[in-house]
Amino acid sequence: MPKVTVDGQEIEVPAGATVLQACELAGKEVPRFCYHERLSIAGNCRMCLVEVKPGPPKPQASCALPAADGQEIRTDSEMVKKAREGVMEFLLINHPLDCPICDQGGECDLQDQSVAYGRGGSRYDENKRAVTEKYMGPLIKTAMTRCIHCTRCVRFSEEVAGVDEIGALYRGENMQITTYLERAAEHELSANVIDLCPVGALTSRPYAYEARPWELKKTLSIDVSDAVGANIRVDSRGREVLRVLPRINDDVNEEWISDKARFQVDGLTRRRLDKVWIRKDGKLARASWDEAFRAIAAVNAGASVAAVAGDLVDCETMFAAKKLLGALGSTLIESRQTGMSYPVDNLAAVNFNSTLAGIEEADAILIVGSHIRWEAPLVNVRLRKAAKRGAKIFLVGAEWETTFAAEFLGEDLTVLNNLPDYVNDTMKGAERPAVILGGAALANGALAPALALAEGWNLVREGWNGFNVLHMAAARMGALMLGFAQAGGIADLIAAKPKLLLALGADEVNFATFDGALKVYIGHHGDKGAAAADIVLPGSAYTEKPGTYVNTEGRVQYADKAVFAPGDAREDWTILRALADALGVTVGFDSFPQLRAAMVAEVPALGVEGLANYGALPAAVAGAKAEGRIAAYPIKDFYLTNPIARSSATMQECSSELLHGEDVLEAAE
Amino acid sequence: MLADKDRIFTNLYGFQSWRLDAARQRGDWDNTKDILAKGQDAIIDEIKASGLRGRGGAGFPTGMKWSFMPKESKDGRPSFLVINADESEPGSCKDREIIRHDPHKLIEGALVAGFAMRARAAYIYIRGEYIREAETLFAAVAEAYDAGLIGKNACGSGYDFDVFVHRGAGAYICGEETAMIESLEGKKGQPRLKPPFPAGAGLYGCPTTVNNVESIAVAPTIIRRGASWFSSFGRENNKGTKLFQISGHVEKPCVVEDAMSIPFRELIEKHCGGIRGGWDNLLAVIPGGSSVPLVPAAEIMDAPMDFDGLKAVGSGLGTAAVIVMDKSTDIVRAISRISYFYKHESCGQCTPCREGTGWMWRMMERLRTGDAAVEEIDMLQQVTKQVEGHTICALGDAAAWPIQGLIRHFRPELEHRIAVREAALQEAAE
Repeated sequence: MPKVTVDGQEIEVPAGATVLQACELAGKEVPRFCYHERLSIAGNCRMCLVEVKPGPPKPQASCALPAADGQEIRTDSEMVKKAREGVMEFLLINHPLDCPICDQGGECDLQDQSVAYGRGGSRYDENKRAVTEKYMGPLIKTAMTRCIHCTRCVRFSEEVAGVDEIGALYRGENMQITTYLERAAEHELSANVIDLCPVGALTSRPYAYEARPWELKKTLSIDVSDAVGANIRVDSRGREVLRVLPRINDDVNEEWISDKARFQVDGLTRRRLDKVWIRKDGKLARASWDEAFRAIAAVNAGASVAAVAGDLVDCETMFAAKKLLGALGSTLIESRQTGMSYPVDNLAAVNFNSTLAGIEEADAILIVGSHIRWEAPLVNVRLRKAAKRGAKIFLVGAEWETTFAAEFLGEDLTVLNNLPDYVNDTMKGAERPAVILGGAALANGALAPALALAEGWNLVREGWNGFNVLHMAAARMGALMLGFAQAGGIADLIAAKPKLLLALGADEVNFATFDGALKVYIGHHGDKGAAAADIVLPGSAYTEKPGTYVNTEGRVQYADKAVFAPGDAREDWTILRALADALGVTVGFDSFPQLRAAMVAEVPALGVEGLANYGALPAAVAGAKAEGRIAAYPIKDFYLTNPIARSSATMQECSSELLHGEDVLEAAE
Repeated sequence: MLADKDRIFTNLYGFQSWRLDAARQRGDWDNTKDILAKGQDAIIDEIKASGLRGRGGAGFPTGMKWSFMPKESKDGRPSFLVINADESEPGSCKDREIIRHDPHKLIEGALVAGFAMRARAAYIYIRGEYIREAETLFAAVAEAYDAGLIGKNACGSGYDFDVFVHRGAGAYICGEETAMIESLEGKKGQPRLKPPFPAGAGLYGCPTTVNNVESIAVAPTIIRRGASWFSSFGRENNKGTKLFQISGHVEKPCVVEDAMSIPFRELIEKHCGGIRGGWDNLLAVIPGGSSVPLVPAAEIMDAPMDFDGLKAVGSGLGTAAVIVMDKSTDIVRAISRISYFYKHESCGQCTPCREGTGWMWRMMERLRTGDAAVEEIDMLQQVTKQVEGHTICALGDAAAWPIQGLIRHFRPELEHRIAVREAALQEAAE
């Protein structure tokens, strides 16, 4: 623990800290552009210069200098002030003065720091440099004349995303940041460079010229585009959500979110269900809430009612539905829309037990049936970190392009019954071995054999649980905690032939199997579910209601309501509450706090923010054998996995350009 | 004047063949095994005792640099010697002469130095534009391999040592030691942050020493003839012999080996036939390659040509590339051209150099024609100060110093041009 003096104040800093970190610990602000906590140190902006004794009689880049015992650091001396002014002046001489038309205005590091540390006026009298535009795809808008060459974007794509897409061309004042051959940045986390860019060189293309940051209402929320539950901030103006930004949570998403989480929000204003619809003569016609409720009551279903929850639904909605069905005398509730039927009597067996942050520590990982890059891009980042630390990674399933060193063991699941010796030895010999099961593995019944492997490899040990299931639906773990699952999966619902089916934002269900039922769709987008429904009740999207979500590692998180739902749409729980009245039953809550209290009373874990405790893994079933092949994964198109994304023009553009770009080109020829 | 018997580079002018046979006749590779048999520490001590300072410009004591290398590898990492033959400093042309006429001196030096610092291999990074020189060097290395002088059991000493030649691609900045390491690794040639220093983590993350060609090439001769012989030349702290490269307005420009600390006047009179138009015609001298400040005639004439002597007149020895300018020189244009060079060669990594070099050059261009205000001279001085000492590598300093030298010694000339132009404009307006 070295002791240093910062501006006369003596403090002790952790070993390995840099001078910049020491200054921050002492409460001194050190301006910086290139330095970023989650990226390697570049030391090229020279903005963080401080005076350090002992050392050469010139200012030192504090971001790159290790703090050493007895150092005398000054951030307030004349030398430091001059150095900052000088660097600031250099950064500004070739930076265009286009702040009024720059989207970064108001949240620009360069703006802020030039006010704080720059000199009053400009002495530069020569022509300014201009840089030609670079195309970086449908998400990232570039204005490279504004670039200050901090190389954060370069380091992000190299180090975090693991793709060499962005780099610097030429040298000296002609240096330019660009993508390789000016092709679009194609990975799933590409838009994080927008947040990283300290100036307006890389800005959000869909959000271009939409709003100024000070006009926006900022609401803390949880992302629902995958099961990671990334912490997000929803920026809205009036009734419209304009953009989504990541919040920092080291346990979940660190500082990143996927492109889908960030850019699907323009789908929130398109194809919305904002009226009540009733099917008459095969066509949906507008109706009133009363008519709809009367029509539902007219079926007289009694206890013959079932509910299916979709992938984006919050726990409160599901609990309200469960209560309603309970009051009607039915327990036919299910959330696994596509027909999966893995046992859920012990949730530890279907949880990501290592935790998202913990998987970084694993030193041997076997991934079965998961296209991690598409199913959970943020987990892919963690796996890349693990691989960089030396973890050996094996995959079973169809091959996909990994961003880390890994070995595919083939598509055939039977390989699990008889793994090659070196895989077995690696997993056995590892200190913290881990298994990750994806959706494709669950669908192929690989859970039991994986549990058997887990037992054989001793995956659960002191301070470590290496058995993981990676879900894809934001609602999944919450649904399972609320008991939204039948032993036989959705097949049990079909077999019961309910008279009334409530589809809670469920769009992936094969509705043809519920032929005799009155299908009521409660949701927010006119997608497959609404198209198949007999009655459509307009609900709220995740930004339009407060809610509880549980991510794939069993972490309970709360989201706030950012905007009101459009038109006649209501928060889902109020629809279910009104439906209870229409059906003549009582559910025991009249307000959202009452609903949440009732839910917490039933499932206490949902009342505590943080990891839920699911207990120990179940004992493995002896003789469980894996069979089948994983020739494809459930996600066919990363950008179009949910009704919001499918409605989003941005996501459609990404899909057609980034995933099917070559097809389009071919068709044009 | 240095006696012929005391010259290290006996084939500097290429009067004899560069090949191995001829080199052997000149005394190279003569019982190199015995040199290696002295042991690592003895070699380093001998070099330390000789007072040899790095010949690449910074003048760091070579023996001390070698002694920073780890004595044994604790984690299995090998050590490397990188030899800097990326001679791109305007005015410098000594390494070229060594490589094309005396390459075996360099290769033998690589073995001796590499052995002393316990290196596994030497990488010779040669400037991309040195095409013939690279060809010679490749051939000489092949000769040495064929003769068993390097490679497995080099010179029969039992020590395995490889020499690799790597050609640069034409970037001045790759002559900076850490940029050279980056370039050798196949990356963009941009200097690294220090610490860590190359001796701790250099090429491929392994302990590395980067030395200039001349520093390495003189090592075997120093060991053969003894540290006391080498240190008998030059003043205290500036020992040895040195290759001077005199270019510009002298009667006979040349590359010549002479003792350190030789007075400037003697160097020019003896080897270059004097200044063009006589000593009264001397305007200024850039004594150490383009990156050191110029020295006006009056101060340089009797200055000793060594590290400390030139530091005393506000300049530096650098690579001893002496650029002589007589009174026909447009001194502002000369410095402006040097500014353009640094603007062109800045790697673009860190802010002050990337932005500052262009700004300085543009201002120099205006000062050349007098299209500036007098206050701008002070501003230019401030800008050079804002670049100097604020950058990752020394290129920023190198770009700032020539301009600082110009302003220090030729400010009246700058002001004169501004006044002349203003007067002309006024006349035209009337």
